[in-house]
Amino acid sequence: MLSRTADNLYWIARYMERADIAARLLEVGARISLLPSAHGYRSEWDSLLQSSGTADGFAKKYGDPVQRNLESWLFFDRDNPSSVASCITAARENGRIVRTALTSQVWDALNTAFQELRQMERKPRSELELSLLTEWVMRHAAMVRGAIDATLLRNDGYNFLNLGYYLERGDNTARMMDVKYYVLLPRIEFVGSGLDNYQWTTLLRAMGAHRAFHWAYGGEVTAAKIADFLILNPQSPRSLITCVAGMNNHLGRLAKAYGRVTRAQGKGAAMLAELETTTVEKVFDEGLHEFLSRFIGESAELGGLIHEGYLSGDVR
Amino acid sequence: MTDYFNEMYQNGAVRPPYARLEDWMKLMPAELRQMKQAEAESLFRRIGITFAVYGEGGDPDRLIPFDMFPRVFTGQEWSRLERGIKQRARALNAFLVDVYGRGEIVKAGRIPARLVYQNEAYEKAVVGFVPPKGVYSHIVGIDLVRTGPDEFFVLEDNCRTPSGVSYMLENREIMMRMFPDLFRENRIQPVDSYSERLRRTLASVAPAKCKGDPCIVILTPGHFNSAYYEHSFLADLMGVELVEGQDLFVEGEYVYMRTTEGPRRVDVIYRRIDDAFIDPLCFRPDSMLGVPGLMDVYRSGGVSICSAPGAGVADDKAVYTFVPEMVRFYLGEEPILNNVPTWQCAKADDLKYVLEHLPELVVKEVHGSGGYGMLVGPKATKDQVETFRKKIEDDPDNYIAQPTLALSTTPTFVAEGIAPRHVDLRPYCLVGEQIDLVPGGLTRVALTEGSLVVNSSQGGGVKDTWVLAE
Amino acid sequence: MRLTVDHVTRYSYDQPVRGVVQSHRLTPTAFEGQTVLDWTVEVTDGLAGGAFRDGAGDRIQSWSVQGPVSEIVVRVRGTVETVDLAGMLKGHRETVRPEVYLRETHATWADAALVALSAAAEGAEGPLDAAHRLSEAVAEAIAYEPGATEAHTTAAEALAKGAGVCQDHAHALIAVARAREIPARYVSGYLCADAEGAPHEAAHAWAELFIAGLGWIGFDPANRCCPDARYIRLGSGLDAQDAAPIRGVARGPGSETMDVRVSVAPGGGQSQSQGQQ
Repeated sequence: MLSRTADNLYWIARYMERADIAARLLEVGARISLLPSAHGYRSEWDSLLQSSGTADGFAKKYGDPVQRNLESWLFFDRDNPSSVASCITAARENGRIVRTALTSQVWDALNTAFQELRQMERKPRSELELSLLTEWVMRHAAMVRGAIDATLLRNDGYNFLNLGYYLERGDNTARMMDVKYYVLLPRIEFVGSGLDNYQWTTLLRAMGAHRAFHWAYGGEVTAAKIADFLILNPQSPRSLITCVAGMNNHLGRLAKAYGRVTRAQGKGAAMLAELETTTVEKVFDEGLHEFLSRFIGESAELGGLIHEGYLSGDVR
Repeated sequence: MTDYFNEMYQNGAVRPPYARLEDWMKLMPAELRQMKQAEAESLFRRIGITFAVYGEGGDPDRLIPFDMFPRVFTGQEWSRLERGIKQRARALNAFLVDVYGRGEIVKAGRIPARLVYQNEAYEKAVVGFVPPKGVYSHIVGIDLVRTGPDEFFVLEDNCRTPSGVSYMLENREIMMRMFPDLFRENRIQPVDSYSERLRRTLASVAPAKCKGDPCIVILTPGHFNSAYYEHSFLADLMGVELVEGQDLFVEGEYVYMRTTEGPRRVDVIYRRIDDAFIDPLCFRPDSMLGVPGLMDVYRSGGVSICSAPGAGVADDKAVYTFVPEMVRFYLGEEPILNNVPTWQCAKADDLKYVLEHLPELVVKEVHGSGGYGMLVGPKATKDQVETFRKKIEDDPDNYIAQPTLALSTTPTFVAEGIAPRHVDLRPYCLVGEQIDLVPGGLTRVALTEGSLVVNSSQGGGVKDTWVLAE
Repeated sequence: MRLTVDHVTRYSYDQPVRGVVQSHRLTPTAFEGQTVLDWTVEVTDGLAGGAFRDGAGDRIQSWSVQGPVSEIVVRVRGTVETVDLAGMLKGHRETVRPEVYLRETHATWADAALVALSAAAEGAEGPLDAAHRLSEAVAEAIAYEPGATEAHTTAAEALAKGAGVCQDHAHALIAVARAREIPARYVSGYLCADAEGAPHEAAHAWAELFIAGLGWIGFDPANRCCPDARYIRLGSGLDAQDAAPIRGVARGPGSETMDVRVSVAPGGGQSQSQGQQ
């Protein structure tokens, strides 16, 4: 398939997943801000902006992180390339470009999200509650994903879509954990405190994994359990190992279909091997922040190799 | 309205091709009609057929209005049209081969050298190069109007990349979905083989160096182009890749496309971008849409480009006047389809006549298209006429004028019910190893009462076009 | 006269580029005034593409270089036997009609000043005389001054400045000739400069005007003469861009710097070019 087509498919997935994450992030922020502040309202929102990588853009446009502005920024603002509106628009535009590589169901799902978004943008903000907005995003993200799974031919295009999904999701899980662990919690003595637990629970909720976690682990919410759940548990849909295994699956299918192995397969396999053999203890020995930073770096490297091996157009 | 030829009613009686449509039309309740119209619109939107209009802002995903009332030809009417269209397409291609080769028609004094060799569309870069099978224009769109039972006139020829064929196909598809009964009652010749025939035509002009099944691609300027939908639609129907310039590259003697499995050689490029942009090494150096080095590969026989660069000199509005002469010169036949009488403002006598008769005439820019920069004298205000008079006086070479033609009408669904509206017709003639024409075309309709401008950019709509089996 | 050419163009990129494609008009065209004895064009890491003679009779050869690459060297070497035909392009095979060269381009557009300059042809005894007068008028109006103009300077701009190089002279002559309905075109080539000639003039350009009955005739306003045995003709076009010996595109973000060295010397080149291997 045309490299550019593969690239468009890959980015449809990445943008849809990113829109989903942006909405979840908004929810985390809103919930955490309901709690008496540990070190000031401002820095909590700030840390969320940091995790989305858009703090500078926000500061330039709005200055102080007032919740309403933050909602606008993370949801509607086209100046923020990671806002829900930007992501959904970009996903739909990528879809329009490769319209004929999609089924009408997938196109419908993408296009409907976009058309509804445009209607919402015309409504006064006071009529749009945050919880409704985030639910709306998650519903449409799920519809696109569902249409892909239910109707798309399992060809190379399907593999590129899934690579986009898993790469973006793994990266974001790591980022959200890092924000919680490294940024949100003000001082080390708060570990295990009520605040700590509240933040973790909020995070789980935002990931839609709150109940799943309790079924799997029960009892107290601890950093170790959470780390196990979000990093090493292959049953968790957003864990790093699930995402990396997913990428390996689709890279394997590409290698088989094309009769050619690229550097991406090697990198994916190495990342998976590490996650399969490590333990929570080892992760904490290394330091959660250090571990997550390393994962984010390796994930970006894998993205680069996928680009080089399939999407760049310079494939030989 | 008596001045106009009504294609359905003649002297109070229904003309034969429309015989079976009268009941259908009369028996359809208004509510059903509205429902069907809404259904058609949602089908178009769902499929994604939209058409961006230049310079108007607003919704970039606009639909061209679709009128459900079909336009009908008998098989007999069509066979005459078909002969005329094919004849014209052959003559236009013979002209192109000639003017890039020996230039016999110029030497014979049948067309002024200046019109050909100083024409901006004449490409010096392809002089002396004969494209595969001697075909320059592989898809010839010929715009026709009708003024009487047997009177057809050619309004203009489109030898480069005529657009709109996706509407011909989608209009039919939607009509068949919505009114299957109509297709049972009328014996309508199918048009859906167009994509297969287009593919065959393109494959037949693959370069001699290509062995085996040629790899065909459609080259689009990109997804911001107003006809992007059509490009992707045709690529999908033919099962070929839709590429942008950045997806292709030249290496050695060939052109390749960038795929996830590595370079893949391309043999035939159906390009939907203008000559000036296809290769920055040969034409505009600032073009980002094209493929550097493409023209060298083309001229050394490594790839075919459809339409061939330089084809535009045949559909120039000033050259148009001479197409009947081309038919006589190259084919030794009398033209089956007539030209509209045309005044060249570049000629002093013609200019004088035009300026004296502006309120009766249609004036067009020589290089314009899409109904822009055009004056319809009888429909224009005094001010508009005077403004245009100045434009013509400032640059007479840039204008031609034609009489206001009494375009035929067909019944059309309008807010008040059904009313006659003016139509034209664009059939798409395919020229490769053989010459081929599907029985049908794109009928454009001027939806505004009394309007003679059918361009979609000026409030025109489209209709399904039927050719009945004999 | 036997002339030996050694022409090296070096393209350097500050970041490696993903690929380069070039179209060359670097091989002398055959006509009675010149015979190619030996000629080679080399492109470092280059893959030769399609080669053909175009309708104007020029030899075109395309090249591609697969990246990443930071430097490309195009080297042209060869020997040509030339004859002085007083500028006449005799025995040159071409099919493009002279009328085509009446079309104006951005670089050769005749503004009011150029149209006024074209009045120099008035009162001429026939078209050949008119052509000589136009060439002389251009030489008078535009002083030879290296560095006064740049690659994108138009004929109108050069005339307004009253200074320029051979490209500007050729553009101006083309503009005034076309203003008089004389087909005119740009020619790129080499010039074997004599002792006082500036070395960069070795890569040279002039104009050809079409005179009915005689055909194409070269005029070099920069040197106030018609091309003779010191000139090697590479190719022609509507203007400098259209006639460029090398047109190329590099794909990638890097910016390009170009270094050109040309030597055209009298005498047999075989031993010399071998000596440089």
